[in-house]
Amino acid sequence: MRFLRQAPPRYWLVLVAIVLFAGLPTVVTSFQTSEWTQVLIFAIVIMGLNILVGYSGQISLGHGALMALGAYTTAILIHRYQISYLATIPIAGLLTGAVGFLLGIPALRLSALYLALATFALAVVTPSLIKRPAELTGGVQGILLVPPDPPQPAQDAFALVTGGPPMTTDQWLYYVTFAIALVMFWLAWNLVRHRPGRAMRAIRDGEVAAAAYGINVSGYKTLAFGISAFYAGIAGSLYGLATGFVSPDTFPLSLSFQLLVGVVIGGLASIPGPLVGGIFTFWLPIMTSQFASSQPWIPSGISSAIIKAGPAVSYGAILILIMIFAPNGVVGLVMQGYARLRERLRGAGDRGTGQMPPEAQTV
Amino acid sequence: MGRNGPLLAALVGIITVAACGGSSGTTTATDVGITANSILLGNTIAQSGLAAAYGTIANAENAYFTYINNTQGGINGRKITFKILDDAYNPANAVTLTKQLVEQDQVFAMFSGLGTQTQTSVRDYLNIKKVPQLFVATGATTFNADFSAHSYTLGWQPPYQGEARIYANDVLANHPNAKIGVLYQNDDYGQDYLKGLTDGLGGKASLIVGKESYDVTAAVPTLAAPLTKLKAKGVDTLFIFATPSFAIGSLAIVSAIGWAPLTYLNSVSNPAAYMKIAASKGAKLDGVISVSYIKDPTDPQWANDEGMKLYKKVIANCTSCKVEDGFNIYGVAVAYTMVDVLTKAGSNMTRKNVMDIAANQLNENNPFLLPGITVKTTSTDHFPIMQEQVIKWGSGAWKLQGSIIDERGTIK
Repeated sequence: MRFLRQAPPRYWLVLVAIVLFAGLPTVVTSFQTSEWTQVLIFAIVIMGLNILVGYSGQISLGHGALMALGAYTTAILIHRYQISYLATIPIAGLLTGAVGFLLGIPALRLSALYLALATFALAVVTPSLIKRPAELTGGVQGILLVPPDPPQPAQDAFALVTGGPPMTTDQWLYYVTFAIALVMFWLAWNLVRHRPGRAMRAIRDGEVAAAAYGINVSGYKTLAFGISAFYAGIAGSLYGLATGFVSPDTFPLSLSFQLLVGVVIGGLASIPGPLVGGIFTFWLPIMTSQFASSQPWIPSGISSAIIKAGPAVSYGAILILIMIFAPNGVVGLVMQGYARLRERLRGAGDRGTGQMPPEAQTV
Repeated sequence: MGRNGPLLAALVGIITVAACGGSSGTTTATDVGITANSILLGNTIAQSGLAAAYGTIANAENAYFTYINNTQGGINGRKITFKILDDAYNPANAVTLTKQLVEQDQVFAMFSGLGTQTQTSVRDYLNIKKVPQLFVATGATTFNADFSAHSYTLGWQPPYQGEARIYANDVLANHPNAKIGVLYQNDDYGQDYLKGLTDGLGGKASLIVGKESYDVTAAVPTLAAPLTKLKAKGVDTLFIFATPSFAIGSLAIVSAIGWAPLTYLNSVSNPAAYMKIAASKGAKLDGVISVSYIKDPTDPQWANDEGMKLYKKVIANCTSCKVEDGFNIYGVAVAYTMVDVLTKAGSNMTRKNVMDIAANQLNENNPFLLPGITVKTTSTDHFPIMQEQVIKWGSGAWKLQGSIIDERGTIK
């Protein structure tokens, strides 16, 4: 009872969000549910990238490649070894996590710019790397995954709640993704609240000082890479299941950029940030290409220019705007706005006390 | 039974005849995406990113639909609405957007989807949902050859393997001692061509002394390395299986390294506009061989041709389309076939009937294809176009050689 009374208001917000997402498939169409599945998938990988970039202060322009590894692990295990699709998800995550951890070791020697270039090179090379072992990966033909049928108990429960048509594969995969996203977000929240998170933030803010405090800098940095890759592997695996098809062109260079922009826009070093980032990453290309042309008040010259330029230009423009006006991302903006609102509501009294404002970035 | 027997038999006979007659008569039926005055078709294509050059195909198709809507009031009183979405050549996007078109926008059929990987990613979904995946804009042989496994999917353009077989036949007939080298794009496109060439050469596949591939993400100047390797192997007959920008680069590099092999160029890269760019970069193009099945808008021999005049009238409906772009006349030509199929469906506008007509009953003279080429499908042959003609470059233009070559039945 005391917990309920003392819980910060934002915990209630989290509860509301969970309820909203849990109930989503019951009120929107199956297709729209599948769109939100992709939003959650992006949220998971962006959460992993956030741990690396936001909390640990490193950079990666190659998380699309790690997603590809996760997706192909799942696809190959299902297609060649007939392993149940649910079992392949943690396997993909762990394998990708191990690879990420190994990647983190040489990354220790690279400063930010060179690390960016090295991970960028990884992303560039990935589609070609996938094509080479064509026996294993299906090469350019890709691997088709048969959409899994929802298990009977899930179908019954869903029919009970909605009283409508039986649960579709898209809706079932949404719930699988949602459950996994909850677990991943909870893990990340715990990570940043306890020692590893504090150590990573210390390393981010000042490596020398952190080392002087006795923090194992190289250990935590490689750990960050490993954890970040684990998230990307899980997300990649779900991505393959949700779209039902993996091929070299599914993970182009632009995906890695989209993810990095998503982290920044959501809000670096925040837990709710990746969710906003996921929403943005998924919806922006659709908004720019479809929305622009369907609105009659936008002149056709401008809308066709937007479509031709593709989402890449919009990403660049928005990234620049965010970096200038809202460096802490959307979540940072919201927190700032909320803090200002509280100040006003509390009145002039507190302004003179000289108290430090609450730290805005930890949940 | 005895006395009434003949009467009963006559009655049964009349009823049977009436039933049979009724089913082949005028059925009026509609389906998802069809209203009293409109037909909704869907499409995903690359309009941004690396493959954005293809995007104009959908605009050209829309130009033809606009022409039909304006001059004929549509098809049997129904105007065609064509919804085009940008998948940026990414199969994951194609899956999402195709689902949107089918489940949210409720299109009648998917038409001319572009890209082998993208269309493969949605093929199973569309077939399970029994939504026609008509006239996919890719020559990947699987879309024609695997009809029995995917009866709601149909290709249109000549399959890449068929084209490569024509080259193989040309080599065997005219250059039986050639030392063949192949430069191919390392994806489904290039690999399909290579397979066709190898299969077409059959027992003489050993004529191929060198095979070099490049990735779509490669920079064009890096092609100098594989081409030099092929030259060093003594290749005197070069096959270029590459998309336009790489083909242009290769032709220029071949001349730059002082090499003059007999060159075969795949049809996707042969529009005269690209050849002129290659020539401006120093490529020596006389004697380059290719095949064609469609009229080239920059070829003066079609200046007064009725089909070409129609194309120029139609393409004016698309403000962003360049008249001389070979992709655009492709778009108009395939849209012509689509309109043909819908017109034949008459008032029986169900997905099943339209699919049936497209896959089994096509027999069309298309004004935008070379004279003599028929767009044809039967119950045992689901390759709509299997005829091409060899062309050779000389004096700044392509010249048709010999006669139309028919490849029907060669690919199982």
